[in-house]
Amino acid sequence: MPSIIDRDEMVYDVVIVGGGPAGLAASIRLKQLDPDISVCLLEKGSEIGAHILSGAVIDPRALDELLPDWRESDCPLIAVPVAENLHWYLTAKASYTLPHALMPPLMSNDGNFTCSLGSLCRWLAEKAEALGVEIFAGFPAAEVLYDAAGAVIGVQTGDMGVDHNGLPKADFQPGMNLKADYTLFCEGARGHLTKRVKARFDLEAECQPQVYGLGIKELWDIDPARHMKGRVIHTQGWPLNESGTWGGGFLYHQANNQVALGLVTALDYANPYVYPFEEFQRWKQHPAIRAVLEGGRRVAYGARVINEGGWQSVPQLSFPGGVLAGCSAGFVNVPRIKGTHTAMKSGMLAAEAVLRAIRSGRKQDRLVEYDRSVRSSWISLELQLVQNAQPLVTKWNDKLGTCLAGADMWLRTLFGFGLSRPMQHRSDASRLERGKKHRPIAYPRPDGAISFDRLTSVSYSFTNHEEDQPVHLRLRDCKVPIDLNLAVYAGPEERYCPAGVYEFVGQGEGAVGLQINAQNCLHCKTCDIKDPSQNIEWVCPEGGGGPNYPNM
Amino acid sequence: MKTLVWVEHENSLVKDATRSTVTAAAKLGEVDLLVAGEGVGSVAEMAALIAGVGKVHIAESPAYGHALAENVAPVIVELMAGYDAFLAPATTTGKNISPRVAALLDVAQISEILSVEGERTFTRPIYAGNAIATVESSDAKLVITVRATAFEKAEIGSAGAAVASFAGPGDVGLSVFVGAEIAKSDRPELTSAKIIVSGGRALKDASTFAATILPLADKLGAAVGASRAAVDAGYVPNDYQVGQTGKIVAPDVYIAIGISGAIQHLAGMKDSGIIVAINKDEDAPIFQVANFGLVADLFTAVPELTAKL
Amino acid sequence: MKILVPVKRVIDYNVKPRVKSDGSGVDLANVKMSINPFDEIAVEEAIRIKEAGKATEIVVVSIGPAKAQDVLRSALAMGADRAILVETDADLEPLAVAKILKAIALEVAPDLVILGKQAIDDDSNQTGQMLAALLARPQGTFASKVDIDGGHVVVTREVDGGLETIRLTLPAIVTTDLRLNEPRYASLPNIMKAKKKPLEVRALADCGVDATPRLKVLRVTEPPVRAGGVKVADVDALVAILKEVGVA
Repeated sequence: MPSIIDRDEMVYDVVIVGGGPAGLAASIRLKQLDPDISVCLLEKGSEIGAHILSGAVIDPRALDELLPDWRESDCPLIAVPVAENLHWYLTAKASYTLPHALMPPLMSNDGNFTCSLGSLCRWLAEKAEALGVEIFAGFPAAEVLYDAAGAVIGVQTGDMGVDHNGLPKADFQPGMNLKADYTLFCEGARGHLTKRVKARFDLEAECQPQVYGLGIKELWDIDPARHMKGRVIHTQGWPLNESGTWGGGFLYHQANNQVALGLVTALDYANPYVYPFEEFQRWKQHPAIRAVLEGGRRVAYGARVINEGGWQSVPQLSFPGGVLAGCSAGFVNVPRIKGTHTAMKSGMLAAEAVLRAIRSGRKQDRLVEYDRSVRSSWISLELQLVQNAQPLVTKWNDKLGTCLAGADMWLRTLFGFGLSRPMQHRSDASRLERGKKHRPIAYPRPDGAISFDRLTSVSYSFTNHEEDQPVHLRLRDCKVPIDLNLAVYAGPEERYCPAGVYEFVGQGEGAVGLQINAQNCLHCKTCDIKDPSQNIEWVCPEGGGGPNYPNM
Repeated sequence: MKTLVWVEHENSLVKDATRSTVTAAAKLGEVDLLVAGEGVGSVAEMAALIAGVGKVHIAESPAYGHALAENVAPVIVELMAGYDAFLAPATTTGKNISPRVAALLDVAQISEILSVEGERTFTRPIYAGNAIATVESSDAKLVITVRATAFEKAEIGSAGAAVASFAGPGDVGLSVFVGAEIAKSDRPELTSAKIIVSGGRALKDASTFAATILPLADKLGAAVGASRAAVDAGYVPNDYQVGQTGKIVAPDVYIAIGISGAIQHLAGMKDSGIIVAINKDEDAPIFQVANFGLVADLFTAVPELTAKL
Repeated sequence: MKILVPVKRVIDYNVKPRVKSDGSGVDLANVKMSINPFDEIAVEEAIRIKEAGKATEIVVVSIGPAKAQDVLRSALAMGADRAILVETDADLEPLAVAKILKAIALEVAPDLVILGKQAIDDDSNQTGQMLAALLARPQGTFASKVDIDGGHVVVTREVDGGLETIRLTLPAIVTTDLRLNEPRYASLPNIMKAKKKPLEVRALADCGVDATPRLKVLRVTEPPVRAGGVKVADVDALVAILKEVGVA
């Protein structure tokens, strides 16, 4: 790389990093409040929605506040209201429906909709652009820009046309400096710049570490005779409990005879032989799930981590020059498996705080009032009700834990207190145990009809990366994968990656090396989270790289 | 229906693709041929031997020497006054000339047909072969290019059809042939080879790849390909890569050695005539598409195969 | 010298097309769409010719839905000067497209038209040749090298088995092959500037062209799935098979 690159610079009032629900809602709110404010939104995917993956059953609460007439528009959310909400406990052969009377009212899906979050984001992006938001897809924010005093003053977009040795190619195109009075980080779970500002400003000093689940999802066209539009099913139990971990499955009957289905595996698992991709394949083979899919056809595949830390893992949200919103902060309601509404709401609150500050002549300072407004909003009320659900399940396994979580949520709903004070988390990386303590798990072979192999699956994410570019999965120490991960932890990266990016391969004469197939990467961030010594750092590849999800 | 077929020729030989095109044309009706070029008398005689051909038109002029579309299309358009359909093989020459003919006739062209379903109904690949469209023409005359590999080659008979000269308009003065550079290599070019031997990452390193794959390829007169994994690992240069992001190949025989068969690779070779796979892992996805699979350690099996061929 | 570059909005090349279950076509709902890769190469070549001082203006034209403005904006961001969209939601055949392009070409009066050799959706590989025929101009198809030489263009073509070079009298039509060039990235500043470049939208009806389809698509199906075959016992069995199929 030339040491001094002449970079173009643009100045906006607000720069938003990430075109998901939080960033788009923020951009729309800003323009609604002040049409003259200049807003630039960067998205690393090749287009808005390309990197969005969610279930999703969406609570329209925030959308009602943001665009109250959405129900009368062409918003894709309207198509499928939730008609039937089922909760199944699975054993290897059977499924038991959990009665809804036992569940706290917050678990109801009345008034919610099932829809592709990618489609919703595309629709929101049209609204944002119509209001004058400048959206640049295919341009990731690669670096945070700071001023001499250490305040965030914007971001730098990624360089394009850099070869695998890091040298400029003929079509080299330097990234650009985008400066702003305030920069909003709305990158989704485990955003790579969010991670850096969290560290730099010590934003997690007073909260629990964030913990995650890995969601692997597929979209299927199914036999119309088996389709029940508006039916949403959540499952617990098998197969994850057999592997000593927990999580949950979902199966949503959406529009056009499609079902969205997936399995979230909590990344706090101890057994390094746990293979989330294979758990998902196994889950699909459960008689109750298989019955829906038989005769159908898979349309898309993808994976993404989801925050599971809940309220106690929400960090300090503001820092000089910027704020965190959406899953960058971590507002997922874990038992409801919903974060779109809270993400949007936090984006709107950030927009309101930013606008007030700009109007009073402030810039690049800390918006403490945004922290306050989130903590006094319905986001806070909603997340506090459920804050012990995830830790109770982690601690007491899925049967007892679920009962305790239910009791805790009931107590909080009815009486305003729970079974215990906010419970604590440990980082997912630290939970992994030595391979020797565990036995390998035997997973069944794919049948090619319901369950598939991993590489074939990856091709259904339509992921691609320019081949000649630096590997965007960086190893801090290149000896760790062999000397520590393979020797002690049985090489977990070979299994936790839902895209088969990591492979231990023989290099002749008994030597083994780690092959990183960065081109396959789905940008799910699992490796950045679960590597036992945090040796893998996910950095942004060239813009436009990564999955091209149609409507995930 | 009366059909006119473009004769593709090279070095005074009729190319095989012509014979496949005749087979497609014969499904529509009578078949006449057009041989255009300079000094192509012997080509016309040879073409006249193709079974089922009624008549061979020969248009000889330096202007037609290199099949320049500007000069050749008017010849075809003139002849088409007496025909209902024009067919050319979907070679670079056929693809260059036919649409020009179609536009001059004010009809649609049906590109790269895979089958003749009826007098006006054909199948053709779209979306790089990911879908097959069945289309029906409403035009007065048909202009069609034919994917040669989808049709059998018409037989060579003994009785020659009549050969008649046709003058045509000659040089229209829009284009000039400057030169040609026909690829010469000891090894056939990957995208046009009839046989390909391809290696994967199981080959361990560049020298093992060379020592294992090249002797077999030499023995078979085959081109050499590789999976992305092998290219990524640096065993062979980038232009060896077969697959979605590399070259798309469809040889008569594709021999995959130590290739697991990732979908990206399969996308690049699934149209091969016969796929042979040698792999140690009996669950390798490559066996799902291979006509013939051998589960074996390639380091013993491949040298043995090379020796026994 | 003016260059006209027709561009088509097609399914993105990373996306695997999916045939609709009712056989009516390929499902394009929610699918990422992009500029046809061969057309992007055409835009790049036009820009290179202009950068070499041999052209003064590059006009890009697309025929398609309102959304096709996106691909025109991409071309403008790469360096084209102005854009025309002939707006229609109809699925046009190459002959109709060539007729519309002829009308545009007569108006813009380009010395060179450069376009992709084919679109990656219908894979027709016809439009450039048809446009050349309708305008009675020479055609240099499947170009891997293009040199402007006074009143001529010298085109190196990728033909079966090698390369062929021809010399065409301008004005001429050139269609691009994959190896002609490596298209540049549109930079963020150029994307911003492109928003201000002229983009004219006109209705298909205003072109005075009969675009009635000549072909009826009866159905669209998935290609037959390749089934796995037999496992052979040993190398000798494999040798026998290879001999049988005639490769050894």
